[in-house]
Amino acid sequence: MSNTKEKQYELNKGLAQMLKGGVIMDVTTPEQAKIAEEAGACAVMALERIPADIRAAGGISRMSDPKMIKGIQEAVSIPVMAKCRIGHFVESEVLSPADDVYHIDKTNFKVPFVCGARDLGEALRRINEGASMIRTKGEPGTGDVVQAVRHMRKMNAEIRKITALSKDELYEEAKQLKVPYHLIAYVHENGKLPVVNFAAGGVATPADAALMMQLGAEGVFVGSGIFKSGNPKKRASAIVQAVTNYTDASLIASLSEDLGEAMVGINPSEIKIIMEERGQ
Amino acid sequence: MKIGILAVQGAFIEHQAALDQLGISSIAIRQKKDLNSISGIILPGGESTTQSKLLHSLDLFHPLQSMINHGLPVLATCAGLILLAQNITPDKSPHLATLPVKVKRNAYGRQLGSFETVGNVGEIKNYPMTFIRAPYITDISDGVETLSTIDGKIVAVKYQKQIGLAFHPEMTNDLRIHEAFLKVVA
Repeated sequence: MSNTKEKQYELNKGLAQMLKGGVIMDVTTPEQAKIAEEAGACAVMALERIPADIRAAGGISRMSDPKMIKGIQEAVSIPVMAKCRIGHFVESEVLSPADDVYHIDKTNFKVPFVCGARDLGEALRRINEGASMIRTKGEPGTGDVVQAVRHMRKMNAEIRKITALSKDELYEEAKQLKVPYHLIAYVHENGKLPVVNFAAGGVATPADAALMMQLGAEGVFVGSGIFKSGNPKKRASAIVQAVTNYTDASLIASLSEDLGEAMVGINPSEIKIIMEERGQ
Repeated sequence: MKIGILAVQGAFIEHQAALDQLGISSIAIRQKKDLNSISGIILPGGESTTQSKLLHSLDLFHPLQSMINHGLPVLATCAGLILLAQNITPDKSPHLATLPVKVKRNAYGRQLGSFETVGNVGEIKNYPMTFIRAPYITDISDGVETLSTIDGKIVAVKYQKQIGLAFHPEMTNDLRIHEAFLKVVA
């Protein structure tokens, strides 16, 4: 059975909807993928090196060996995502951009794309290019959630502003944000993005994940935070539970107990490569 | 009447929106205490492995299983159907195991096998069906009624007060399946 472009896009947005309320974890081996699935991850992101290591290693960060991604697909039954460089055939600012101006025309692909965004304009531009799912960029591999918080708050504030505009003001807003009018009109009417919006970048603890959910994220990506920590299994499971019960402070407190060492983390002011600047 | 919607992971908000449109109050089930005073429950689409882990870690599993075995009406969609099935293939131990059917997970393949179609579900004619990384049912026991087959595969069943669907009624604007479930609850 083959679907039309439009139908496939609807189905891909639907797949993203099924991931809501869940945690998507970065993994580099089939063994890590199994640990993630066991802990309750709703999907995994397969990559050669997790962002913290990419940061540490420096140089050009390339795409993974497709064989390694297939190995992870074999190991688990949950969906497997992979990253691609911006401009290459999931566009990711974590990898070095291959094209510093143009993103991919994602409507030409059958697989769903997830793209990062720091504000509403970036999110809607990626959606216009065919992204089925958006995530905040945050600052990957730092273990510091502050950038993801800023991006989520900014996006939400801009969405609220658009819902409050009068209809004739939407055209100017579309022009300002450099996005098509129909996407602005959707946000105006529905008060949300037309696709699922997850949080990502610097999430390292159950409290970080819960905070992002309270800010309106529909789910959470955890990159370096799990497999750079002392007890990945326990931490992963605690983050999954915190995402489900993100308003229950006492549960989150008890989930946070005895998780072993968190990833060390670095302050954004101490880092040299700012990944969030990549692809706008 | 208050309907519970399992909200540990997945597309639960869509079900809530459908019930809102029908003027039915609902509660998101995230912990054991949420199970009090519900007259039916919806198990939404999502990832069954994740949902099952969370049922266990949040101490929801046994109370919920017992309530369903004692006749709590259930509408289970996609991942929810997998949670209910007594047998799961490829080999995987069952979860709630209250519905005597055998379910094949990811039966249509990965995301590229996802599709939309239109079919009859019991007495409901021409219902728009969305299948996303969907399962189908390969075997049913006595007493299980087949509500729908697509291309020879069973995609909807009813057993006592449990309705199991391989597709996603919450992804359409057609409320007839939710209405039919509410009749089972009433």
